[in-house]
Amino acid sequence: MVSNILTLMWLIPIVGSVLVLLVPKNQTRSIKYLAAIVTGVTLLLAIWLFVDFDRSEPGMQYVEKVAWIGAFNINYHLGIDGISIWMVLLTALLGFVATFASWSIDKAEKGYYALYLLLVGALFGVFSALDFILFFVFWEITLLPMYFLIGVWGGPRREYAAIKFFLYTLFGSVLMLLAILAMYFKSDPHTFSMIELQETGRAIGTSNLARLVWLGFFVGFAVKVPIFPFHTWLPDAHVEAPTPISVILAGVLLKMGTYGLIRVNLPILPDASLYFGTFLAVLGVINIIYGSLCALAQKDMKKLVAYSSIGHMGFVLLGLASFTSAGVNGAIFQMLSHGLLSGMLFLVVGVLYERAHHRYIVYPDDYEDPELAGKLSFGGLGIQMPVYTGVVMFAFFGSLGLPGLSGFIGEMLSLLGAFQVYPLLTALSVLGLIFGAAYFLWALQRMFFGEPNPRYEGIREISARELVSLVPLLLMVLLLGIFPRIAIDMFHASEFLQNLTTIFPNI
Amino acid sequence: MDNIGSLRYFLPELILILFAVGAIILDLIWRKSSARRMPWFTLIGLLLAFVAVLSLRPEARLASPSLFEGMIELDSFSLYFKALFLVSAAFIVLFSIRTTEIASVIRGEYHALLLASTVGMCLMASASNLLLAYLSLEMVSISSYILTGFRVRHARSSEAAFKYVFYGAAASGTMLFGFSILFGLTGHTGLREIAASLHQLFQDATPGVSLAAIVATVFVLAGLGYKIASVPFHAWSPDVYEGAPTPITAFLSVASKAAGFGLLIRFFYTGLAEPITATTTWSVIGDLDWQLLLAVIAAFTMTTGNLLAIQQDNLKRLLAYSSIAHGGYMLMAVLLLTQSGMQATLFYLGVYLFMNLGAFLVVILIADRLGSEDIAAYRGLSSRAPFVAFTMTVFLFSLTGLPPFAGFIGKLYLFAAVIESKLYWLAIIGVLNSVISLYYYVRVIKTMYLDEASTETPLQLPALYRVLLFALVIPTILLGVYWNPLYQWAAAALIRS
Repeated sequence: MVSNILTLMWLIPIVGSVLVLLVPKNQTRSIKYLAAIVTGVTLLLAIWLFVDFDRSEPGMQYVEKVAWIGAFNINYHLGIDGISIWMVLLTALLGFVATFASWSIDKAEKGYYALYLLLVGALFGVFSALDFILFFVFWEITLLPMYFLIGVWGGPRREYAAIKFFLYTLFGSVLMLLAILAMYFKSDPHTFSMIELQETGRAIGTSNLARLVWLGFFVGFAVKVPIFPFHTWLPDAHVEAPTPISVILAGVLLKMGTYGLIRVNLPILPDASLYFGTFLAVLGVINIIYGSLCALAQKDMKKLVAYSSIGHMGFVLLGLASFTSAGVNGAIFQMLSHGLLSGMLFLVVGVLYERAHHRYIVYPDDYEDPELAGKLSFGGLGIQMPVYTGVVMFAFFGSLGLPGLSGFIGEMLSLLGAFQVYPLLTALSVLGLIFGAAYFLWALQRMFFGEPNPRYEGIREISARELVSLVPLLLMVLLLGIFPRIAIDMFHASEFLQNLTTIFPNI
Repeated sequence: MDNIGSLRYFLPELILILFAVGAIILDLIWRKSSARRMPWFTLIGLLLAFVAVLSLRPEARLASPSLFEGMIELDSFSLYFKALFLVSAAFIVLFSIRTTEIASVIRGEYHALLLASTVGMCLMASASNLLLAYLSLEMVSISSYILTGFRVRHARSSEAAFKYVFYGAAASGTMLFGFSILFGLTGHTGLREIAASLHQLFQDATPGVSLAAIVATVFVLAGLGYKIASVPFHAWSPDVYEGAPTPITAFLSVASKAAGFGLLIRFFYTGLAEPITATTTWSVIGDLDWQLLLAVIAAFTMTTGNLLAIQQDNLKRLLAYSSIAHGGYMLMAVLLLTQSGMQATLFYLGVYLFMNLGAFLVVILIADRLGSEDIAAYRGLSSRAPFVAFTMTVFLFSLTGLPPFAGFIGKLYLFAAVIESKLYWLAIIGVLNSVISLYYYVRVIKTMYLDEASTETPLQLPALYRVLLFALVIPTILLGVYWNPLYQWAAAALIRS
């Protein structure tokens, strides 16, 4: 079992997806339980990985390598290090809790869970693949279920959002494919191994080809993160996607982009990364400020959360662009923390939406009912739903970077690292923190404090099922906020972080 | 090899000719029951020819089986193509059995023409002489004209055939003119002799040879470009594809296009290029830069095909434009003059056969059941015929080039070959085209899955269609996960220099 655990991780959800297809359509309960069992098993496996993981070994662990297509030196090559294990854990955890958040979906459940499990399986594949072709295959497979999950089960403008998501990401990934091929032909002997290509990549230094390849990878990953100006698909996709899919999208899919930067751009093409370092940092700052400003302007709570994601991912970029130990650690930590917190945020939005059937903080000016247009839509939810409000406050404070919760650690470390290299940019990005506090607190004030809105007298308190999906995330946020070393010690069980100073000697 | 001795190696074509003639005669004997029996008779012929092709594979490795005094080349390259033609012809015969479009007029001659056209294709892929190249191309064309106009009482079908004839006549006439210039320049009609003679002419710096050669190349390209429907010789294909009976459309877009590529590769690699010793690449003879010319054509072909496909509401027409675009992708690898480019093209043709025939099969059966080829007719197909919708999704995603389907691997090899030759600009145009193509393919998928059907009545699917869908969807998925056998075959199918 130990030797094949990574294969099991991606295979179990995909087999589960096929099993779901075999269950008769009307047995929705069995389908739901099946999905819960499958994601539960992967979570247990992930926890086992976490326990068993050797924290002193910087190389890849649980490696599996089998020749796939010999003629082209394509291998079935899996393995994880201290960085990717956290992505695997995050996927397993969010995959599990989002299954419960999916309970309320009542349209074509069979198709939904089959696609959902396929998505989760492919995500495990992305985070454990060490062969570029395998990586790319898993990467692209995540697109297919996502398209249908948004397009069939989404909100009113779902078709537009789904195709936009699909086209944007495919645009990015085909450029990535070219970059992969260029690296392949540059290596000698030709290889698709993400490990061996580090040598090739470092050998080509800052040649034009290296920069071109770097940009190819960068665009592929930037669309996913999303980095300004490739971000416009994100608010659309989030607003239309059903709650659990938003959770996976924000919590895990966005991380594929930054994970790619950490696994590919930085270690394989370090010289080109340095060359583009300032560019990356500037984009990070744009993401932070622009994302927060947009969030500040939103009247729809889900859009607010979506734009806040853009801002928070900016800290990841800024941290990475510093190439310092603190910055990179902060970036990875921020990925993890944002995965948990954005998962929570989308879940709490979903809870409210299920009850009120809208998510407006303030009704828009062109609202269908002119009586309500421009007015506050909620108010005093703190009195009406005290437990729910507690959870929301936790998620909001975590996201705005309250010390003691995980968001603080990630942002602080990223800024700490970045300040050594880009003092001015870092100072500017702090504005994002202020805006972040502003939009979260403002939303809190307008929705949860003040006079209770009589329209929502008797609104149902958060249910046990909904709490079940929120509490694990909440505990993780707290745990990582208090003991960040649990994660950071493990990050160092990776060659990239161990050799950071040799890879980027001039920083 | 002399004529009599060659016959032994000409077995697949001989079998096909025998069955083509047999089809006409048996049609007179069987009369009424002919419609029922003829498809199976034809299939037997195709099967026997296929077996003959397989049995020739060891012979193709022999020293120099140049048949009929150097007219025909028996190499693994031509055998690979012959196998492709026979498999697709067999699928077309099966497609035609139930389709209401032509079932009423289908008789022996339909099958005889199909077989004749297949013979022509086999010759196109193995011709190493200009005369035979021209004759085989005409053989394919003429039988295709008739097959296109087979729905006699159908105005669009006749219009299509008419356009096809006119375009074809002009194109092949131009090509013939190009051939005559080549003959005038070199005094030979055999491709190898032409190459040797051109080499000499360029070496001697004969005045005017560059100009004459480039003019000849462009003219020849008119005929070849018309067969593979590349820009600017593509204008016929949407109308012809739309008007022709759908099985024939599928045949044209797969087999006929493949035959065009076979001849094109042979002509350019043997006639206008020479192998570089001890490597797996070829070089252009003299200063004849036809590579750039083809690169520009490839870029325009895929872009035009894809951009025009976006606006189509008729699925058959959409697939016609998409098929133009796929021609462009393949052309991109052909012009590289490398072994990996040729292998990628051959592999892609094999993959393309399954996914494109699959997509056309869905068009056929929906047109049969619902009487429409419009995308709107596919609304809510996922609830009315889940299996059809699923297979169509696989075919379309595969055509887009998404993993884990065969189309992805095909495109991977194509782009890999282009990148290997450092033609980055072409590769970028190519991948961006894939993104464009996603838009219109997904539109069909969207209609099937996201739009509500006007009626929920399930579609009845005849067993034959179900089997055929399976037969096409399985390779489309399987070759996306494990493609080594087909790739090995394609890799071995090289032109002997």
